[in-house]
Amino acid sequence: MLHAPFSWIADRAGLVTDEVRARLDALELPFNRYGLDPFGVSKDHLGFFYGLLAPLYRHYFRVRTFGIEHVPASGRAMVIGNHSGGLPVDAAMVLAALFFGRDPPRHAHGMVELFAQSWPFVSELFCRAGQFPGLPDHAVRFLEADRVVMVFPEGARGTGKLYKDRYQLVRFGTGFVRVALQTRSPIVPFAFIGGEEALPTVYHAETLAKLVGSPYWPVPPWVLPVPLPMPCDLHFGPPIVLEGDGHESDEVIEAHVARVRATVAELIENGRAMRRREGRR
Amino acid sequence: MNVAITGINGALARLVTTRLLAAGHTVAGIDRLPWPDAPPGVTMFRADIRKRPAEEVFRSQRIDALIHMATVTHFTASRQERYRTNLVGTQALLEHCHTYGVSRFVFVGRHTVYGAAADTPLFRTEAEPPLAVSTFPDLSDLVAADLFAGSALWRWPEVATSVLRVVYTLGPSQRGTLHNFLRGGRVATVLGFDPLYHFMHEHDAAEAIALAAQSGLRGVFNVAGPQPVPLSLLCEVTGRQAVPVPEPVYRWVSGRFGFSSLPDGAINHVKYPIVVDASAFARATGFKAVYDEVRTMEGVRLGESRRD
Repeated sequence: MLHAPFSWIADRAGLVTDEVRARLDALELPFNRYGLDPFGVSKDHLGFFYGLLAPLYRHYFRVRTFGIEHVPASGRAMVIGNHSGGLPVDAAMVLAALFFGRDPPRHAHGMVELFAQSWPFVSELFCRAGQFPGLPDHAVRFLEADRVVMVFPEGARGTGKLYKDRYQLVRFGTGFVRVALQTRSPIVPFAFIGGEEALPTVYHAETLAKLVGSPYWPVPPWVLPVPLPMPCDLHFGPPIVLEGDGHESDEVIEAHVARVRATVAELIENGRAMRRREGRR
Repeated sequence: MNVAITGINGALARLVTTRLLAAGHTVAGIDRLPWPDAPPGVTMFRADIRKRPAEEVFRSQRIDALIHMATVTHFTASRQERYRTNLVGTQALLEHCHTYGVSRFVFVGRHTVYGAAADTPLFRTEAEPPLAVSTFPDLSDLVAADLFAGSALWRWPEVATSVLRVVYTLGPSQRGTLHNFLRGGRVATVLGFDPLYHFMHEHDAAEAIALAAQSGLRGVFNVAGPQPVPLSLLCEVTGRQAVPVPEPVYRWVSGRFGFSSLPDGAINHVKYPIVVDASAFARATGFKAVYDEVRTMEGVRLGESRRD
């Protein structure tokens, strides 16, 4: 099922370790004879995907994950948190934490910026790894299939933050709350700390962004947008269960959003305080 | 029931005919070409759906239901020809249903009317607008015919109209849009893209169409069977060689080197998926596909023309 160039890379780098394989088998996804689920998510592509993330999670960013038990072992859930750093490494590390840091592992479906769909290979890998364009319809379908959906309500506004605004939450989109209410899904908040130091954005290369069709192009002090191996922390908080059916007025929804946003802000604050106590940045 | 089927010489239409006959109905076949060895129970009328002889069929026979399958989908026909047959033909048939008291009308359309693009949801429901008008303008005649057929629901409520948006079909007949794309054994794909393809076995599709006519279904419905699979896997299991081609040279390669020829707009259908949510049809009719995706693909593996 996995084909070039993914199979080529996976073979040479020995990405799909026994551990990855065992964790894939422990996932509660209904794969058919070819390892495909009804959404086109492929077990082989997941193996490649998580095989790539494992060394980043363990050795490059040395992610410490706290409170993973707040993510339910089965059934639907939305994990909601802050964007940290100029590239969505935070998203990749949250996925890795749910897969490697949790027993049994969970696979989360990220809600991705639309532009990724038009990039060759990225589009293919993301679709087969269950990382879909962030449309409410996708989130609803995944949740109704009792999956985990990962949303960064700050969107591209969040990853596009400059270093001077680090860990300041920008405006949250409101769609995720309506989806959570409509599907009666618990919201598991998280804070991601360290991404802003790994890839601080000091400048936006707008022409370059326009050229490749992405919403922004982060430029760190070392120019190339490659994140440094900074240790990162991931803090999950207790699930928030909201009452309603998703058809409430904007005012009611915004109050829910504010509550989730405040929870994430608090997790960030506590996480940063912990790092200060430990003498980390 | 006496069921009229337009375009009865199509492979799928003949399968529908077999099913209706088996269920005890009689069939009036309308086609421009003859069907010399039509089975008993089928009365053939050679007529162009837009012309007077076609109307005479409705006037002279008592038709209870009409299944409209005489749409041109191949691009060898000129644009004007496609418009005349697909849109004007559909309009004429709808008028006949109204005028001559045909109580059921089934329009057999395609799921490709939804169009393929980067920013669409994976599963398309009947509530979505058919984007193919902009993503693949060559299909606009079929989009118009589909929407026009649907307008019968409010224009002539006494005619139980169903518009079926059927996914690609695969099967022993080796006919249809997807078979044409896979013909030749070498399939040009777009490098870096591997969209999901949604198809069903032609026997299941025929069953669904016959079911719609027999149940007097009303409304617009997606029709699908098993789950979609990536194009690369479709090629692999059906014994085709997928050849990834960089997008900028795709147009040039199309129709050369043994690859099937695609019209310009079709490249989106090789980059992005068109997958439908067919749960409404299943709920309304109780339809359940017999063939899963694995059996459907294996049944059309090159070099083994298995008939089942």
